Amino acid sequence: MTPETAGVVIGTGEAVVFWVLGPLALAGALGMVLSRNAVHSALWLVLTMLSLGAFYVVQEAPFLGVVQVIVYTGAIMILFLFVLMLVGRDSSDSVVETLRGQRIAALLLGAGFAALVGAGIARATQDLPVAGLEAVQGGVGGPASGNVEAIAGLLYTRYLLAFEVTGALLIVAAVGALLLTHVEREPGSRQTQKEMSRARFLTGRPQTFPGPGVHARATSVAAPALLPDGSLAEDSFATGIEPEQVEQMPRPAGREQLGSPDAALGSLDPTLSDTPGGRTGGEHR
Amino acid sequence: MTLSYYLVLAAMLFTIGAVGVLVRRNAIVVFMCIELMLNAVNLTLITFARSTGTVDGQIIALFVMVVAAAEVVVGLAIIMSIYRTRRSASVDDANLLKY
Amino acid sequence: MPAEGLLAASWLLIALPLAGAAVLLLGGRRTDRWGHLLGTATVVAAFVLAVACTVQLAGLAERSADVELFTFIATGDLDVTAGLLFDPLSALFALLITGVGSLIHVYSIGYMAHDPARRRFFAYLNLFVAAMLLLVLGNSFVALYVGWEGVGLASYLLIAFWYTRPAAATAAKKAFIMNRVGDVGLALAIFIMFAQLGTTSYAGVFGSIGTLAGGTITAIGLLLLLGACGKSGQFPLQAWLPDAMEGPTPVSALIHAATMVTAGVYLIARSAPIYDLTETARTVVLAIGALTLLIGAIAGCAYDDIKKVLAYSTVSQIGYMFLAVGLGPAGYVAGLAHLLAHGFFKAGLFLGAGSVMHAMNDSVDMRRFGALWKKLPVTFGTFGLGYLALIGFPFLSGYFTKDAIIEVALDRDDVWGWVLGGIAVIGAGLTAFYMTRLMLMTFFGRARWEDGVHPHEAPSVMTAPMIVLALGSVFAGALLVAVFPLSGWLEPVFGEPEEAAHVVAPAVIGLVVTVVMAFGVLAAWLFVGRREVPVTAPVRVSPVTRAARHALYADAVNESLFMRPGQWLTRALVWVDNRGVDGAVNGLAAGLGGSSARLGRAQNGFVRTYALGMLGGAVVVAGALLAVTGG
Repeated sequence: MTPETAGVVIGTGEAVVFWVLGPLALAGALGMVLSRNAVHSALWLVLTMLSLGAFYVVQEAPFLGVVQVIVYTGAIMILFLFVLMLVGRDSSDSVVETLRGQRIAALLLGAGFAALVGAGIARATQDLPVAGLEAVQGGVGGPASGNVEAIAGLLYTRYLLAFEVTGALLIVAAVGALLLTHVEREPGSRQTQKEMSRARFLTGRPQTFPGPGVHARATSVAAPALLPDGSLAEDSFATGIEPEQVEQMPRPAGREQLGSPDAALGSLDPTLSDTPGGRTGGEHR
Repeated sequence: MTLSYYLVLAAMLFTIGAVGVLVRRNAIVVFMCIELMLNAVNLTLITFARSTGTVDGQIIALFVMVVAAAEVVVGLAIIMSIYRTRRSASVDDANLLKY
Repeated sequence: MPAEGLLAASWLLIALPLAGAAVLLLGGRRTDRWGHLLGTATVVAAFVLAVACTVQLAGLAERSADVELFTFIATGDLDVTAGLLFDPLSALFALLITGVGSLIHVYSIGYMAHDPARRRFFAYLNLFVAAMLLLVLGNSFVALYVGWEGVGLASYLLIAFWYTRPAAATAAKKAFIMNRVGDVGLALAIFIMFAQLGTTSYAGVFGSIGTLAGGTITAIGLLLLLGACGKSGQFPLQAWLPDAMEGPTPVSALIHAATMVTAGVYLIARSAPIYDLTETARTVVLAIGALTLLIGAIAGCAYDDIKKVLAYSTVSQIGYMFLAVGLGPAGYVAGLAHLLAHGFFKAGLFLGAGSVMHAMNDSVDMRRFGALWKKLPVTFGTFGLGYLALIGFPFLSGYFTKDAIIEVALDRDDVWGWVLGGIAVIGAGLTAFYMTRLMLMTFFGRARWEDGVHPHEAPSVMTAPMIVLALGSVFAGALLVAVFPLSGWLEPVFGEPEEAAHVVAPAVIGLVVTVVMAFGVLAAWLFVGRREVPVTAPVRVSPVTRAARHALYADAVNESLFMRPGQWLTRALVWVDNRGVDGAVNGLAAGLGGSSARLGRAQNGFVRTYALGMLGGAVVVAGALLAVTGG
């Protein structure tokens, strides 16, 4: 883009920029829609927004281009990612469409819309004159008053009311977001770490609960967990079922070596020999 | 190369955003699609500002950005509070408003 | 002319019983102790006032007094002033109503002595007397109509006085509904009068009735006759009157014998200027009178219920009166004379019947009476005098008044005159037959009492009115026809009676009627008195008897002609309403509901579906824009 061509002809440089960034923007948009992972979507969208920011700059709106990068890709997208991390990925991201015909209808309508609007715009703006903004803000290296001054000039005169209203809108939005996300708690209802710790040691069982499967010797719920000393862990008793002692552990033959986790398990059995290697080793003898 | 290239690109981005709103179920992704549509509109505004030789279009684009920021703030807050009660961010789960 | 002196206070005639009714009804239980005395006192006071008014009226030159009370209805062209007209005709009725009413009130004190609801009974009786007086004293058809409905209400309340008995409740409903049929006719007649003449007052209507077309006058006459038939129990609306005997006997005596049922005769007599102009309506009156006379007499021959026999006798006697008033100017006087005499002897007969029932534990079956003349001497005497007066025993009331009617009929001097006269004579014979049968079965023969019945004479508070009425039965006819000719008294109302050339000498008529009556008595003695009366009614009887027992199938005819088709029509209409009207409405509603339910499915609550709709709309708008601008 050169100063001479601005206002009448679009230069080759801009065309190059367009043909490089345009497909990137499209790819970003498509990638956003098609990614299953919401985080990937957000990253694809960042790509599109950056491309658009570049377009703004090319189109003699450098201030907006910068705002686009800072506010959109910088602030808003970070906010998106932040909420995504907060919410976490959930199962709703499955690709199965639950509404019958929704996807096909959306594609058909989208294609129709794109065709109509695209064709309409293409035909209506075929010979769109390019007046250029040099007269009001000066080109690159042109008159002293630049893009920012031009925008500021209008913003604080003709659009002053809208500007102030927008400011009010922002405040209301901020307060509204606070209100929506705020969870009211009774004063003093929140326990401190110290209080929780004390409460736990005052019970008869200060240690942690056995994790699922840690000491289990069978998959049946009737088989209770064993404590490290070999006694039954009462906490793991299933309700309504008489606990049952598991006579023999099913274990694969290839793993009875000394030092394996199974060997350690075998030593827990008080009725058998305490020989390392467990019960089966004793039978060999 | 004319300015209508930008406009057609904007139309395509807008359509992709619209279709995305229709097919995605994660409320946050739906929001992103809306942002994409707003960006497409911004591109159109800026292109026309250049075409007519006035900065009014750019100012309106600026306003759109501000309003979009406000909308995102409130929208994400709403998604958060829905998620808190429903443990889901799927727009299909918030379907109480029906026959 | 406007009323002066005592006549100006004639509204008190109505106000006194009305006040009595109001006090008794609103006062509640605390008036129980003296309620009957108050009720009787108001009517007696009204009677005294009526006598005084009549005496004053007799002294007036014009013998008619208007009492303006207040503006009743004033709307647009209709301006009904509530007012009273005290003239010889209304004076006669006022005397009859208050006189007989007083006697029956006194009688009721004894008759209802053991009824816990005696106060209510007297309240209703007072209400009736007030309404009846309004009926006869009002100076316009609207006032008459108000009274007309008032007596209908009182009659309903009194027939259903023992409303816990299904028979009484049904009879009251029947009376009320059949009266409605007649009342519709009366109301329509009043509507026509107002529409055509713009007034409903007697003076206004009779003054300008001549300006109407003949057909309109006939219509008014026939509609008035329909009203009269309903109230007076005339064919074809006679069936309610015998059933109305379910009410207490004093009610039967006062309302359904002496006063209310004669309101139809009063209406026709009062409307004489209308009937003078329409020969057709008058002929219908004659036909109905003659027909009802025979129907009542024939039905009276077959019933075993003492009150029903008297009721059919009433129907028959009112038939005589209709016959008389249908005969024209001379007949009015004869009919009214018979009405007054009938008021006395029929009230007396009913009170006697009440006394008999009182003695027989409220039984009304004559087959279980017999040989009561020794046990109930006073009742027997008064009843016997009433009986003789009714059958037209020479020189008693019925003899004079009934003969006068037959005379007037024959004076027509044409074939119809002979036919009507013949019917009247046959009716006299039948009357003699059924009344003699009643006398024989009740007072003579062997005692056929049920176990535990110990007949005893009624207390004097009951017998005294019976004696007074018996005296009236004996002398009223002679007084009204011979001594104080009623025709002279009623001259201001009906005009100068023309001295007709008698076709048959009155003496001959009297002789013939007496002979026919004697035959009737003889026949009754042959059929009933000579033989033992079976305690249960014989089943194997001749078709004539069977028809008479069913009152010539009046109820059956009513039922098959009106009730069944009415039911079918109602059912058909209900069906049309359910299937047609409701079906259309419900179908439309169901269609709308179904389609809205189907449309409602579109509201599936999924935001994305709604968004799809928005995008579709956007596509349509874009397409439309392109089509309009680009095309």
